[in-house]
Amino acid sequence: MEFLMALVVGVFFAVSIYFMLSKKLLKVVFGTLLISHAANLMLLTSGGLKGEKAPILSDGSTLSYADPIPQALILTAIVIGFGVTAFILVLTCRLYKTFATDDLSILRGEANEK
Amino acid sequence: MKNNLLVVPVILPLFTAILIFLISNIKFQKLLSFVSTTFCLATALYLTKQVSVKGIQTLSLGDWPAPFGIVIALDLFSGIMLILTMIVSLAALIFSFKTIGSERENYFYYAFFQLQIMGINGALITGDIFNLFVFFEILLIASYILMALGGKPYQLQETTKYMIINMVSSVLFLVGVAVLYSTLGSLNMADLSVKVGKAGDQGILKVIAVIFMIVFGIKGGLFPLYFWLPRSYHAAPSAVAVLFGGLMTKVGIYAILRVYTLIFAPTLSSINNIILIIAGLTMFLGVMGAVAQMDFKLLLSYHIISQVGYMIMGLGLYTPLSITGAIYFLIHNIIVKSCLFLISGIAEKLRDTTDLKKMGGLMATDPSVAYIFLIAGFSLAGAPPFSGFFGKFLLIRAGLEKGSYLIVFVSILVSFFTLYSMTKIFKYAFWGTAPENVKKVQHNHYFGLVLPAACLALLTVFIGLNTEWVYSYVNSAAYQLMNPDLYIQAVLGG
Repeated sequence: MEFLMALVVGVFFAVSIYFMLSKKLLKVVFGTLLISHAANLMLLTSGGLKGEKAPILSDGSTLSYADPIPQALILTAIVIGFGVTAFILVLTCRLYKTFATDDLSILRGEANEK
Repeated sequence: MKNNLLVVPVILPLFTAILIFLISNIKFQKLLSFVSTTFCLATALYLTKQVSVKGIQTLSLGDWPAPFGIVIALDLFSGIMLILTMIVSLAALIFSFKTIGSERENYFYYAFFQLQIMGINGALITGDIFNLFVFFEILLIASYILMALGGKPYQLQETTKYMIINMVSSVLFLVGVAVLYSTLGSLNMADLSVKVGKAGDQGILKVIAVIFMIVFGIKGGLFPLYFWLPRSYHAAPSAVAVLFGGLMTKVGIYAILRVYTLIFAPTLSSINNIILIIAGLTMFLGVMGAVAQMDFKLLLSYHIISQVGYMIMGLGLYTPLSITGAIYFLIHNIIVKSCLFLISGIAEKLRDTTDLKKMGGLMATDPSVAYIFLIAGFSLAGAPPFSGFFGKFLLIRAGLEKGSYLIVFVSILVSFFTLYSMTKIFKYAFWGTAPENVKKVQHNHYFGLVLPAACLALLTVFIGLNTEWVYSYVNSAAYQLMNPDLYIQAVLGG
């Protein structure tokens, strides 16, 4: 199972890096969205995928419980990712309205050239 | 030692920010942020005094015992950084009263300023690596907003790039945390330090160490990863550039020093040559960039990169003296760099440009600014009576004792070029004739502009003249970093 997840994470990273190398700003933004999901999946896998039960001690045995820490970490990371994503989408929108282009090769140059 | 006051540097800016969002009166917002920042500075001073008397202060949040709950810990290094953060924040805040303009103030500039301080303070005092990630995110999100606020085309363009780069580095941080957790099964930094000691020299630990080096290298502006820095800092308004240039990269350096001395100390011996090479290249290429620039703010931004190299040189040498030198240099650099950015802000306000060729004649029209720049510029280059000299002296001596002559040579060469680029600023911006139709700044306006820069310049003179006194604190901070057992004992309780 961990091996399968490793493949999934790898594919996610590859696709998002491919997106990020694009010249179109929107594709780059999608790349950053995907890459944060890739990291979340990696966090999920990092604790091991063996446990099935919720991590509440009732019968004293700790063997079949899922590790709660990666889940807590992912929750935090998702919330942060959500906020950052909302901000970058708005920023990209403003950028597009200001420059009327989403081509990153045009969006460069010094301050005094603008 | 348990200490509930430790939460104040994080909680206070947070609540101030929330209050500012609720209050629409700009004057009251200013007053509130000033009082809160001053109070935070007083708390930082008091806490650091306590650390120096009673040892490392810790607090387990929610009273969960150490490796399981979240711990915040303040040792002397983070205490010193906390004081400097608050000093620079206060200077930048006073400077922004006069310069930031009502269009930014109306969109809650002061609230985001406080959130930025909260993120930096949190990153400095946390004892948990995932918490470090969270606080880095807070300070980054606040910095995106501060950079984009105002909405000029150039700002939007550079903020987008800055943001994408930092999102990638955050993801790498998360990956590093994931691999670290799956390898060692803990996130508490003291606990990790113990577990790394037991795990021995594993290959995977080196990989994790390098991931963290890349993550903090992007934030701190190390050699192959500094390309984003000059343009982004150039795009930010002056008061924000003070905060970024003085503090943001240094938080990255703080994290490198913390993580490498505490967690990855066993792997350090195998990669410290690489760190030294990175340090040398960072110094040299940074200063070369500075020499080539003809823009006040861009030139200073390249200097940030160059100076970061010195701090990493201290880590690469990894002797007690070199770590002492690195911390001393960090103190000096935060103060002087903020002072220089303040002066560039004043010059921009006086001349409406950052282009050195269009400035000219500031010496004749505003001599006080010129003399403050002279002090700060000489201090940055490392001239003897000021603080810069002693920082470089300690680092170079550590390098000579270790026998790393090449890095010593590079650092002396870089000092020379630093002096050259400072004289270049002086020649173009302060000497020469003033351009026509220069607007006069009113006298009462002038005081608020120059005051923070003058205070910081006085501070660098003070530190330079009282090196012995500062050195005693820095030395024990370095002692705590070199002996992680003290930190572990304070956090895990023996």
